[in-house]
Amino acid sequence: MAASKGIERYTIPVGPIHPALKEPIRLDLGIDGEEIVDVDVIVGQVHRGIEWLGMNRNNPVQNIYIAERVCGICNICHPFAYIMAVEQAAGITPPERAEYIRTIIAEMERIHSHLLWAGVAAHEIGFDTVFYLVWRVREEIMDLIEYVTGNRVTKAMFQIGGVRRDITEEQFPRIRKSLDYYKSILNQLKTVFLDDRMIQMRTRNVGVLKAEDALKFLAVGPTARASGVTKDVRQDQAYGAYADMDIRAITPDVLTGTIIGDVYDRIIVRLLEVKQSIEIIEQCLDKMPSGTILVEPKIAKLLAMLKKAEGEGVGRAEAPRGEVIHYVRLEAERETLAAWKIRAPTYTNLMSIPTILKGGQIADVPIAFGSIDPCMSCTNRAIVVDRKTNKKSMLTYEELHELSIEKTRRLKAEFDR
Amino acid sequence: MVSIVVGPVILAIMGAFFGLLYLGIDRKLVAHMQGRIGPPIIQPFRDVGKLLMKESIIPDGALSWLFKLAPILCLMGSAVLLLYIPIFGQKALLEDFGDAIVVLYLLIIPSLALVVAGFSSSSPYATVGAQREMVIMMSYEFPLAMTIVAIAWRIGHVAETNPFMFSTVATYPIWSLVGPMGVAGTLILLIVLLLVTTGELSRIPFDLAEAETELAGGLLVEYSGRNLVLFYIADAIKTFAMASLIIALFFPYSLSPVVGIEALVPAFVVDALFFLLKILLVMFICVMLIRAAMARFKIDQVSKIYFIAMTLISLVGLILIWVDLVM
Repeated sequence: MAASKGIERYTIPVGPIHPALKEPIRLDLGIDGEEIVDVDVIVGQVHRGIEWLGMNRNNPVQNIYIAERVCGICNICHPFAYIMAVEQAAGITPPERAEYIRTIIAEMERIHSHLLWAGVAAHEIGFDTVFYLVWRVREEIMDLIEYVTGNRVTKAMFQIGGVRRDITEEQFPRIRKSLDYYKSILNQLKTVFLDDRMIQMRTRNVGVLKAEDALKFLAVGPTARASGVTKDVRQDQAYGAYADMDIRAITPDVLTGTIIGDVYDRIIVRLLEVKQSIEIIEQCLDKMPSGTILVEPKIAKLLAMLKKAEGEGVGRAEAPRGEVIHYVRLEAERETLAAWKIRAPTYTNLMSIPTILKGGQIADVPIAFGSIDPCMSCTNRAIVVDRKTNKKSMLTYEELHELSIEKTRRLKAEFDR
Repeated sequence: MVSIVVGPVILAIMGAFFGLLYLGIDRKLVAHMQGRIGPPIIQPFRDVGKLLMKESIIPDGALSWLFKLAPILCLMGSAVLLLYIPIFGQKALLEDFGDAIVVLYLLIIPSLALVVAGFSSSSPYATVGAQREMVIMMSYEFPLAMTIVAIAWRIGHVAETNPFMFSTVATYPIWSLVGPMGVAGTLILLIVLLLVTTGELSRIPFDLAEAETELAGGLLVEYSGRNLVLFYIADAIKTFAMASLIIALFFPYSLSPVVGIEALVPAFVVDALFFLLKILLVMFICVMLIRAAMARFKIDQVSKIYFIAMTLISLVGLILIWVDLVM
């Protein structure tokens, strides 16, 4: 409770544990009545040391398993970016057929993730009927993913230099059947979400992020595109089979003619991206080249190859939430990675949260915060642990600033010598 | 004399029983509307049993005596409603001592108790919830009063007795007094009252005071165990009472004269079953259907809807009834 100008102001903590959040994060909201005047985002509740594992305990192939578990929902885009980074570092080129299969799986993930988000968003504004409806619709893509990969959640499809399972011609009709199902209900979904007066009341002009703010705060993915920033890794720096496809970043003005950058626009972008994903998968099925799916099927040989490799690589993939970047450095004669750095989309999207929430009401917090589709477990890794006292702390801005100045001085001293 | 002492207790127990039963039906039907299976109908009774076994925690910063008093106040306020509203097609127990105006006042008590509960628990979530509850309460009070007054005013033109008495309302059912215009007006008032009921019972889309995804339970966030169960039962009784109020005002019909049953006990049974059916229909519209079909409003939207839209709509209803009378 902080007093300002004689008026008593409350601080409402949302999180780390709160029904509006699916994963732990803390938002400290300074409120005046129902209006939000101050927002502080505090991360650091789900640090798991994934990068440390990759650099100290596991070999690069075992790391695919870890990368898949960075996030439960984006368990395709993380290994995708990771293997692209390793392939670049080791100079491996995957077969063309593997690229197509990777693309199909990645787009399937986008469909399921966007539908999942749509359901959660409906739940956040108290529209449980739509929540159940959307999640029932989502079952179809989950069944399809299980049919193609053998698993519903963690698909385990990726391997350095290709994919682990093929998608054969016999499987195409089943895939097309699911895609046709989604094409047939897409208009229905649009009616449910975009024509409903109630949803418009709760999402129009709520959580606005203007295009210049989106650029300033480095927003990525649907969050940026809904603000009118045409940013999409699949379009800007095509990877996988995307270069063969016709992909344009989707902005909400395609449907409405205007760009406001509110939650409603983010719904539009995600719904349209489901349609886009269906089209991409169909194109992939049509153009699927023949050939092998793996450069080196023997894992021992692959590991030996990677052990000899030296170099660094960056993998960029468009996750359902935005751009995910993996940086990898390989050193010869080292079994683990020399360096592994992950930057998940939520990490940059969180920067826009204060702008999105400020000026809104408490009632807007769940839907406005949820509209960036936050994924906390991807985000947490800046935590300082003192091994002697076993105390955990986080570096503040001032401390980081101090450290930065210190390092400059040190470098300068070295340079002068 | 005995009936004055024992009656209220029996009524409260009956109200709680049927209220919980209807909550169970409500949960089951809404689940089916949403494509789920839903809990068994007796689930609310199990919830009560479970909560009774749980520990009642009082937060450190709370105003302890007020925190414990609020649930009792809420339960009493809800139970007292049943003394004045006719249920099971019978006369209300205290029919001669109070009319619709008393009910109007009594309806505020459970909501006020909830506000007190929210403020006394000293949690920021509960405080925001309590503020919201107050705003909602002030917003729906006017259309609610307008509906009741409009009906009584029309009945007052034909009845010699106090038109606010439920027995008078039952003797002169509003539908048989008015012409086509008046029927339209009465229908509008009925819709307003149904929507006010949704707000009065804090169900979606007016459940802002508890708003699970925003306030984590709002004004009841700190309550647990026995204290929570009192609120739970009070809510069940209030639901039952509000549905009974709508029936008493708009559908005060009995089935027994129609089917020609005159013996005392069978007539009572038939009327009671008919009454329960009417309650189900009222609840189906104002609790279940709306809840399944809508999302949660924001507090400024709720105020606008009740204070401006609903008030204007009920005014239109009143004018229609007036026009019907003078023409």
